[in-house]
Amino acid sequence: MSVLLRVSRSKQGDRERHFDDFDAAVEPGATVLDALLEIRRHRDPSLVVRHSCLHAACGTCGIRVDGRERLACDTKIAEFPADKLIRVEPLANQRLVADLATDMVDFFARFEAVGMPQVRAAEVPGEAVPPEGIKAFGRFENCIECGLCLSACPIARTNPAYIGPAALAAAGRVVDEPRGREPGPVLALAAEPDSVWRCHDALECTAVCPSAVEPAAAILGLRRHVAYDGLKRMLGHRGA
Amino acid sequence: MPLDGRETRPEAGEARPEAGAPHVVIVGGGGTGGALAHDLTLRGLRVTLVERGEVTSGTTGRHHGLLHSGARYATTDRAAAIECIAENKILRRICPGSFEENDGLFVAITDEDADYEKGFLESCWQCAVPTRRLEREEALRMEPGLNPELQFAIQVPDATMDAMRVPLRFFATARRNGADIRPFTEAIALTVAGRTVSGVRVRDHASGREYDIGADVVVNAAGPWAGKVAALAGVSVSIVPSPGVMVAVGGRHCNMVVSRLHPPGDGDLVLPQRQRTVLGTSSWLVEDPDDLAAPADHVETMVREGAALVPAVAGAEIRATWSAARPLIGGAGEGAGRNLARALRCFDHATDATPMEGFVTIAGGKATTLRAMAEVTADVVCAKLGRVRRCETAEVVLLPHAAWYSA
Repeated sequence: MSVLLRVSRSKQGDRERHFDDFDAAVEPGATVLDALLEIRRHRDPSLVVRHSCLHAACGTCGIRVDGRERLACDTKIAEFPADKLIRVEPLANQRLVADLATDMVDFFARFEAVGMPQVRAAEVPGEAVPPEGIKAFGRFENCIECGLCLSACPIARTNPAYIGPAALAAAGRVVDEPRGREPGPVLALAAEPDSVWRCHDALECTAVCPSAVEPAAAILGLRRHVAYDGLKRMLGHRGA
Repeated sequence: MPLDGRETRPEAGEARPEAGAPHVVIVGGGGTGGALAHDLTLRGLRVTLVERGEVTSGTTGRHHGLLHSGARYATTDRAAAIECIAENKILRRICPGSFEENDGLFVAITDEDADYEKGFLESCWQCAVPTRRLEREEALRMEPGLNPELQFAIQVPDATMDAMRVPLRFFATARRNGADIRPFTEAIALTVAGRTVSGVRVRDHASGREYDIGADVVVNAAGPWAGKVAALAGVSVSIVPSPGVMVAVGGRHCNMVVSRLHPPGDGDLVLPQRQRTVLGTSSWLVEDPDDLAAPADHVETMVREGAALVPAVAGAEIRATWSAARPLIGGAGEGAGRNLARALRCFDHATDATPMEGFVTIAGGKATTLRAMAEVTADVVCAKLGRVRRCETAEVVLLPHAAWYSA
């Protein structure tokens, strides 16, 4: 089958972006990433697109498809009406490298401020007894650091200083499950002006998250903690 | 308490490239290239790495994420098994927090599987891969997702990893120590003068610019694309791209790495990756590693064989099907990929029948052995350059993956 893509293009030094239209031959069941790689292979080897795992585990291939934040590898061509032109653009609210690739440096700088909890404690299914020799039934954190939430966030669009949904979701995790860490500094960070109170509950982050992290719910939970922590400190201060 | 990557302050190593040190250009930004950039930088060389796409966008990132204990290869490829268990231990030490230390189970379902046990345990013992035999009930207590019809299982120190984030730690550390890593930069020609490779001509796809990079040695670390890169210098290497199909289904249906207790075959592996379960894999041969489909019959085999180990995967939604090309060493006409060696080999093309100086190819290997592949290659490069410097990569704890994204 064939698919028609309208691809945002820009190289370093270009003053503005333009769009190139490509049709790509793809297998039934193909994804938008399959189509982009087909274009790179047969039509334009200069197309810059980030990708790695091809199964929504690495979070590298985030783009906007018809205006919506998606992982290109997790977006089937068949979702769109046949013969429809599919528009693909880089993520918003992040620095552009070229074409469809964005630089994740700013995203990670926000994320790192709250620590990078990568492995989470067991959610042991059923009656499993962790065996001797196994250190833990740990598992990788659900967040795959793809940046879709930051791109979709209307607050991040107007306020580049806003710490953003992924980092706040990570902060929520540290507070909920400190695992030996002191949550105080994270709560202090969350209480700052461009943090939890800046969120206007647009819920776009949760809508686009490909990994069911639900940043919006985490932000709501974190607000309660921040408010309670603030109240506690105020009362403690008065009592002193 | 489980490691989460923060307990050990990373020591990035102290070597900085010495001014005037020889310059090595690595073509290929997969796990091997990243580990090699790290190794050579620690040995005081100046390093530039070029990769046509994002780093790990070839075979490396598509890996199913199994940190091999070596048990899978113990009966068929002893050298690979010994290398896997050694590297398994080293990687856990230098990449704290990057593995789910969930161990693996080799599961016997049929009488034929059960008959395989004796040779399997003997081979594992000879290769120093630790094993523990579990009766049916004990195995099911540990891993309730298993097929309840199993007879028994063998526990081994497999683990799961994130196929992109472990290599990123090598890239991040190499760059911190002075290596120049250039993604979206494609090698379009090798500069050859007489019988010597003296540099690489590249095209930067982000800017559209073309330029030359001079090199004392060029290392071809392009994995299954190594044949194409070698051809740029008119050199022939016998790399056979051998794809394997993998399937990711929705839901986390097991916590341990589950393998079939029988000789390596199609669809004998089920492992958890975050909230999904990955099934693998198959093996065939292609000429062009960019020409990768995921044939429907292979996908069916993965689900059928996977369900024999962990029944819940049969009813789960298929979320992704994909292929990754292994860079196997061999020649044409050697049959299906499984018979080709999983071993790694470093070719110094100065010793070819038609010698080419200044050009080295690293080929073969697998994700678990990325550091060892780099060590072997760095030894060859250092010998060519007349430098004597011990490999330190087995000791240096790597920066966390997020450091790759720091400004």
